[in-house]
Amino acid sequence: MAMLSYERKYRVRGGTLLGGDLFDFWVGPYFVGFFGVTGIFFTVLGTALVIYGAAIGPTWNIWQINIAPPDISYGLKLAPLKEGGLWQIITMCALGSFVSWALREVEICRKLGIGYHVPIAFGMAIFAYFTLEVIRPFLMGAWGYGFPYGILSHLDWVSNTGYQYLHFHYNPAHMLAVTFFFTTTLALAMHGGLILSATNPKKGETVKTPEHEDTFFRDTIGYSIGTLGVHRLGWYLALAAGFWSAVCIVISGPFWTQGWPEWWGWWLNLPVWR
Amino acid sequence: MKIVLSVAGAALALFLTIAMFGGAGWTHPPMANKQTGFRGTGMDLIRTRAGNEELAAANRAPAPADPADASGDKASAVYENVQVLGDLSAEQFNRVMVSITEWVAPQQGCTYCHSTENMASDELYQKRVARRMFQMTQHINSSWKENHVHEAGVTCYTCHRGNPVPANVWFDTPPPSAGKFIPRNNGQNLASANVGLTSLPYGIFDDYYSRKDTPQSYVRVNATTALPEAKSKPIQDAERTFAIMITMSQALGVNCTFCHNTRSVAQWDTSTPNRVHAWYGVQMVRDLNQDYMRPLTTTFPEARLGPTGDVAKISCATCHNGANKPLNGAKVIEPYPELAHPTTQVSLPVGEAKDPIPGTTTPTPKPPM
Repeated sequence: MAMLSYERKYRVRGGTLLGGDLFDFWVGPYFVGFFGVTGIFFTVLGTALVIYGAAIGPTWNIWQINIAPPDISYGLKLAPLKEGGLWQIITMCALGSFVSWALREVEICRKLGIGYHVPIAFGMAIFAYFTLEVIRPFLMGAWGYGFPYGILSHLDWVSNTGYQYLHFHYNPAHMLAVTFFFTTTLALAMHGGLILSATNPKKGETVKTPEHEDTFFRDTIGYSIGTLGVHRLGWYLALAAGFWSAVCIVISGPFWTQGWPEWWGWWLNLPVWR
Repeated sequence: MKIVLSVAGAALALFLTIAMFGGAGWTHPPMANKQTGFRGTGMDLIRTRAGNEELAAANRAPAPADPADASGDKASAVYENVQVLGDLSAEQFNRVMVSITEWVAPQQGCTYCHSTENMASDELYQKRVARRMFQMTQHINSSWKENHVHEAGVTCYTCHRGNPVPANVWFDTPPPSAGKFIPRNNGQNLASANVGLTSLPYGIFDDYYSRKDTPQSYVRVNATTALPEAKSKPIQDAERTFAIMITMSQALGVNCTFCHNTRSVAQWDTSTPNRVHAWYGVQMVRDLNQDYMRPLTTTFPEARLGPTGDVAKISCATCHNGANKPLNGAKVIEPYPELAHPTTQVSLPVGEAKDPIPGTTTPTPKPPM
């Protein structure tokens, strides 16, 4: 198998966080590592449990398979397997595999000698999941507040959990999160448009340089963030989206129990115009 | 200049942050857990334990008056002009009078309704209204017992809570009009407390809560077929429905999932039993507003009427006052059997008693047990 240009640098021993040389090898092009092994373990176990849950459930319809958390009455205790216990173990497996994958990314970063931007970004996604399934249920006092595993059932949960606060679009952190998500896609679209334009010149013209790109944006919007800066911006926007998503759900319930529209009472009550 | 602007900006940001965190009603765990749907559907009542206790404390039923002797002369024989409760013994009658004073006019006392010169006189409008309200209470406790108020029943206190005018009544809102620099607002975008500070339409009570002939399809905006077969309802109707539903949530201190599985709000077979209670409650409110409140419009003095000259009317909030069971579900009617059944069919002083639900009849008046 031919080597990619960076593989010579990548395929070096060391840089592991745990396990030393134990799993420090490759299978074909894939690095294994200690966290690759734990990742495989949690993924296989978790997926098997999902399939088991589907098998004891009422349907094999892929859209309708539902593995639900326990009843609220179980609080923060473990529940019987068929009454939400499965959901609890699958949640542990999911977190185990997500964190394994992030740490495997860290090890690869160390081998490559690059920064930890990728595992940190993935870490934000894990944090959002952890907030939904662990932090918020913990604060609410019952695992039953986590979302169920199922293609349609988790959407029903999102709908109902939103309507617990009458109109979720009034949640200020949700507003920020949505704005960051849209801004991420806008930035990516503009950046992609710029790169495609610069690298696909008219017949007879040369590929444009970053100097040209900067000039274009300075002319149109008065500022160019630059080739490196645009990636830092994209990283920030994406992480901010994930962060405020986590915030918007963790404040819903533990720290706010009314309809979200009513939160804006503080604005209506400002002494300026009250 | 730059420094001045920065300082001003920082001060403004600080001020807004303080207002945001200090002014809003933030809460904190521990939570009071209550599940309303199958596990994992996200159908839950969201309250803190402290908030739950506060709500319960704010909705305690008052202790009933000591029972009175049923023997002795009838009130109608002892007093003049006793039209509704005349079959009670004078002692029982006085007990009800003392109770209603505590329930409705504890500060003002007997003279809120009665002329000091002649207690029997109907001179004061309050007395004429109170008489009709006695009939309304009896009507609620009999005709709506099975489907809405059950064993708990209602007394004057359920709505009045020691106020001559219940705290949660509503009036028609003046129709939206263009004025000065403000263009027509379509009756929305006012952050009205009626609709939980949303931008949704706020003048929504009249059609929904005060007319018995409002069609049942009024709030239903979801399509019932997979593909459109006729012109569907406009988005304004959907916003109106959303606003109406928010008034009910606010009234009962619950969220949408108390009644609905929002995956399909219209579907009855995935809704909770609470939705059935709520549906009957809405029919009851329409009945009361049309047959009892509206006919009293001319009985009230102008100062008691709303901006469009309409009488104060009832919604879910009038009885519920922010609790899903008024007065924590206490069986308030038990100690007051005289208010549990109609005792007279006389229609007084204006408006006529009609059959509350089409196809049923008003129970025959019978003496209190």
